[in-house]
Amino acid sequence: MDITIPVLILAIPLFMFLLLGLAGVKMSHKLAGILGTLGMGTVLVLSYFTAYTYWFSGSPEFIDGTNRLQFTVFNMEWLRFTDFLSIKLGFLLDPISALLLVVITTISFMVHLYSLGYMKGEKGFQRYYAFLSLFSFSMLGLVVATNIFQMYIFWELVGASSFLLIGFFYTLPSAVAACKKAFIVTRFADLGFLIGILILSFYTNQLDFLPMTQNPQGVLSSFGGATFMGASVLTWALVLIFTGGMGKSAMLPLHIWLPDAMEGPTPVSALIHAATMVVAGVYLVARLFPLYMLEDAALTFITVVGAVTAFYAACVACAQIDIKRILAFSTISQIAFMMVSLGVAARNGEVIHEGLGYMASMFHLFTHAMFKALLFLGAGSLIHAVHSNNYTAMGGLRKYMPITHWTFLIGCLAIAGIWPFAGFFSKDEILTACYANSPLWGVWMTVVAGMTAFYMFRMYFLIFWWENPDYAARVKEQEAHGHHASMPHESPLTMTIPLVFLAAVSVCCGWMVPFGELVTYDGHEYHIHIDWSIASMSLVVAFAAIGLAAWLYMKKNDKPARMADSCRWLWTAANRRFYWDEIYLFVTRRIIFDGICKPIAWFDRHIIDGTMNGLAYVTNSLSGAIKGFQSGKVQMYIWWYLVGAVVLGIITAVCVL
Amino acid sequence: MFSNILIYFVVIPVVMLLGLFLCRDIKQIRAVAVTGSVALTALAVWVLVEYLGLRAADPDTPMFFVGSWSWFAPLNIHLAVGVDGISIAMLLLTGVIMITGSFASWEIPQPKEFFLWLVLLATGVYGFFISIDLFTMFMFYEVALIPMYLLIGVWGSGNKNYSAMKLTLMLMGGSAFLMLGLIGIYYHSAPAGQPLTWNILEIVSNDAISHGWQTFLFPMTFVGFGVLGAMFPFHTWSPDGHASAPTAVSMLHAGVLMKLGGYGCFRVAIYLMPQAAHELAWIFIILTGISVVYGAFSACVQNDLKYINAYSSVSHCGLVLFAILMLNATAMTGAIMQMLSHGLMTALFFALIGMIYGRTHTRDIREMGGMMQILPYLSVCYVIAGMASLGLPGLSGFVAEMTIFVGSFQHTDLFHRVFVIVACSSIVTTAVYILRVVGKLLYGPVYDQHHMSLTDAKWWERLSTAALIVCVAGIGCFPNFFVDIIKSTWKFFGALNM
Amino acid sequence: MDITLIWYLVPALVMFCCGVYGFLTRRNMIAMLISLELMLNAVDINFVVFNRYLYPGSMEGWMFTLFGIAIAAAETALAIAIIINLFRVSKNIDVRDATHMKH
Repeated sequence: MDITIPVLILAIPLFMFLLLGLAGVKMSHKLAGILGTLGMGTVLVLSYFTAYTYWFSGSPEFIDGTNRLQFTVFNMEWLRFTDFLSIKLGFLLDPISALLLVVITTISFMVHLYSLGYMKGEKGFQRYYAFLSLFSFSMLGLVVATNIFQMYIFWELVGASSFLLIGFFYTLPSAVAACKKAFIVTRFADLGFLIGILILSFYTNQLDFLPMTQNPQGVLSSFGGATFMGASVLTWALVLIFTGGMGKSAMLPLHIWLPDAMEGPTPVSALIHAATMVVAGVYLVARLFPLYMLEDAALTFITVVGAVTAFYAACVACAQIDIKRILAFSTISQIAFMMVSLGVAARNGEVIHEGLGYMASMFHLFTHAMFKALLFLGAGSLIHAVHSNNYTAMGGLRKYMPITHWTFLIGCLAIAGIWPFAGFFSKDEILTACYANSPLWGVWMTVVAGMTAFYMFRMYFLIFWWENPDYAARVKEQEAHGHHASMPHESPLTMTIPLVFLAAVSVCCGWMVPFGELVTYDGHEYHIHIDWSIASMSLVVAFAAIGLAAWLYMKKNDKPARMADSCRWLWTAANRRFYWDEIYLFVTRRIIFDGICKPIAWFDRHIIDGTMNGLAYVTNSLSGAIKGFQSGKVQMYIWWYLVGAVVLGIITAVCVL
Repeated sequence: MFSNILIYFVVIPVVMLLGLFLCRDIKQIRAVAVTGSVALTALAVWVLVEYLGLRAADPDTPMFFVGSWSWFAPLNIHLAVGVDGISIAMLLLTGVIMITGSFASWEIPQPKEFFLWLVLLATGVYGFFISIDLFTMFMFYEVALIPMYLLIGVWGSGNKNYSAMKLTLMLMGGSAFLMLGLIGIYYHSAPAGQPLTWNILEIVSNDAISHGWQTFLFPMTFVGFGVLGAMFPFHTWSPDGHASAPTAVSMLHAGVLMKLGGYGCFRVAIYLMPQAAHELAWIFIILTGISVVYGAFSACVQNDLKYINAYSSVSHCGLVLFAILMLNATAMTGAIMQMLSHGLMTALFFALIGMIYGRTHTRDIREMGGMMQILPYLSVCYVIAGMASLGLPGLSGFVAEMTIFVGSFQHTDLFHRVFVIVACSSIVTTAVYILRVVGKLLYGPVYDQHHMSLTDAKWWERLSTAALIVCVAGIGCFPNFFVDIIKSTWKFFGALNM
Repeated sequence: MDITLIWYLVPALVMFCCGVYGFLTRRNMIAMLISLELMLNAVDINFVVFNRYLYPGSMEGWMFTLFGIAIAAAETALAIAIIINLFRVSKNIDVRDATHMKH
């Protein structure tokens, strides 16, 4: 394959970032927005072309009979460490990277387009588009990585662009706190990732993906059965690498940054914190899946973390008020689904159910990106209309915003897993994979799936049904306070087109895309067949949950309030996200800052500096004490001289005689 | 003598000194300072180009442009010069920081005296990097230290007398160890019956320092240089010194002078005493490992911008010494990269802090806020410097740190690898203190309404910061070029091939 | 009665001790200067006498004595000049008061 297009896929967003970042100040908003969107559009076309070529051209570079190959388009050395280890920058084309190319460019383009309307008139519009381009560049670089260090590089870059975008409204203290938190928490996780890479590189002398994943037994033997604290070193390395993924993908207990990251502009949440960056952890595990298969302990760890996170996030999502927070927790929960799916895909070094879990995970990644971006953009549209993030400020909006309403409903149906929407297919595969591994995980994840349907429709009903507040009165009241206000209204075309497009994709992509043929763990085709015994059960659960939500929230009533009152502590705990933030605050403020940093600073000022000052003081006072001898009085000198001479004379005399 | 190109690294500063004596007004002074430092940088680039050609033709000569001229025959003291890839990298770094430092002190009071001392300092630094005679090296080292006292004492701010005295005395204390070590090396520099020598290359080829003497002299020289490299527990001159120093001096000091420490550590301590280096490295690995973590944690609770940056320097320079002690080619390459990277980005930091301080007259982050709205150019530069410091790929910090970590982790001994992980943890702490400053100083609402009337960077400030950013990004984007220059040197290091 | 070496040395010793005593006890600078001269002359006597009695053939002792006398003269001239200047400034030639040059 020619390298021009892959190079352009990476170069255009980078160039756009530099252009808009350096020259953006001189541009008008419109020009910057259009330039950014056009650039992304070009990348979109090129990526589609690349993915299409990879899957459907049938070229022997990409497919060998029915076996899809991993193809390195280019791989150049960027930084040499030793004779074996070096960071290479390259472009790896294989099923999952092609899939992610499509996902990233689609969502990114939609967000670029949507932001033209959503961010209109904001200060720093050009900067916003520059950052979006930077993010797209980093994310694309991440997914096409040929080298684990290349992935780490772009991993850091997506972290930084996420930081910049969350802190886009940098004058708001809450946004500042959120962006710091996001960066530091993920950085902490990246430390694990880095140490994992170091361990892996130490034993295998290898940083490229392909030699590792195509010969996992070689990796295993290069570790030579080394153990550390009771577990094999390979397990440690894999778990540490997964820690990096836990940070980016907001798995428990490193999830705390994601809900706060909603302080960023809503399209950013859709792009980074729902569809692309947060699935990087899943992608990382999928990329190294042949290695994870070698170690059951690592896979079990992933499964348990995923399952606990999925349940936890679903619980919290049921008790949030801010619609973006609900979506954030829903994202955490859905990513956990993908993690679990990868975790249950293999046991004892063998894949289960032909590697269904792997395929399902990637499938869910794809569908989730579509419908979650849709939901976020829908939420953005709502926020744009009512200027509040809380559902308490909404209600009955279906009449005012029909397009948003219908597309949002489609999104909710998709995530709830209703046939024939996209989520049904991918979630069904995940559940099948879970049951194939162990009924425990199957039942567990089915319950979580039911909760997903419940909290999504709780939100849906509270936004679009419930009561119909007197918007006209509210407008009047705000205008009386001198604020500009207007009735809720449908958003402009630049915002509704992405909604409609994504809604269409959410409806179709489940049954139209022959996913099993495109993305599997070993490149061989997998024939998706829906296991109706599981599917029907999950459908029943989903419908029951939706019914419950409708019963509680369709019309305004006091049932929810009474329920919350009857179990106030639980509701408060869930609303407060089970106090994770407080725990972290305690650890960072009280233990790390007050318990480590301040004592160290004190030690430095008083003990180390004190020693140095003490030395100086001793020297000073010593010289003060003896300076009296040099009085300047000649007669004193002579006295001392005489005394010395006499003493010396006596000593000499005694010695001689 | 003047046919050797390296000698001009000392001749040009001396000519600059003469020129500065004759200057009448500030314009002439600026012209001399800028022309001179540009000439020095151009010379360094020229030497680099020549060097690349020579190295490609002859990979087996340890140093090029070697020359030696006797100036005190009874003790066999020579003015001996010679460079390899590492010295050239340092010369380039010094040049860049001299240029940007000159621009950063565009409006300094008493410019003539200031630049005289600054150029004298630079003479010492350049002389140090080109010397391969231990005695002349030491002499230049002292020449670089003394002007510091006056520069801080006269042009500084805050508690400047205390800081200047502390800095000078602590560094002089280090020099005492160093002098002892160097004299010791001299008296064991040749096998019995042969003339003693100060020349590094001759000492290496004689290989005459006995094992017992090495174990004594290695700590002497390492601590002597380590004080300047801000090694724990001899680092406390650094926060106070940097906090009180004027902008250009902070830049030159943190950017170049602290590198003298690291450079000396491997050029003298490790190059000349490889066996002792292997045996005693663990002690200093512990100390420098502590430096790395300790500096980072201390930086988290400081409120003065310069203190934050000074402690961050302790942490980063600790990493330099840490990597040198790992005694493998990759880690040491990383150490040199880290010297370059830290030199550039810390100079950038100090330049920016100086510019902000010049406007707000405070460096306390609790008394500032929302600078991004008021001083967008400087703030963006600060964010970039911060990102470089916390190791964002594409900027120099990442390249250096990763080379160090990967290289160090290849050590076969578990103790060393554990310490690498400890040192790695500083990447998180670094993020904490950098983002703390970014959050408090640059982001957020404007703290003091009086700051609203401040004006953004002037052209010379823009030039100075932009040049440094370009260098930082240049190393960060094309690291292999620099790595290749540095790597060709290691095969002459006995300690790495044991 | 032979006039031996000791006949010269004892007066010189007495002279020297007088000089030391005077130098230590007197506060008047002129008096101190005189004491100093006494010590110097005692030494000069010793030089001459030792030369005469122990090494009659050589001239070094004579030479040193002449040298000493010349130095003493120069020193006295210098000291007197300083003392006079001090007196002009402070109307006082007490050595304890002549401390303002320290500051």
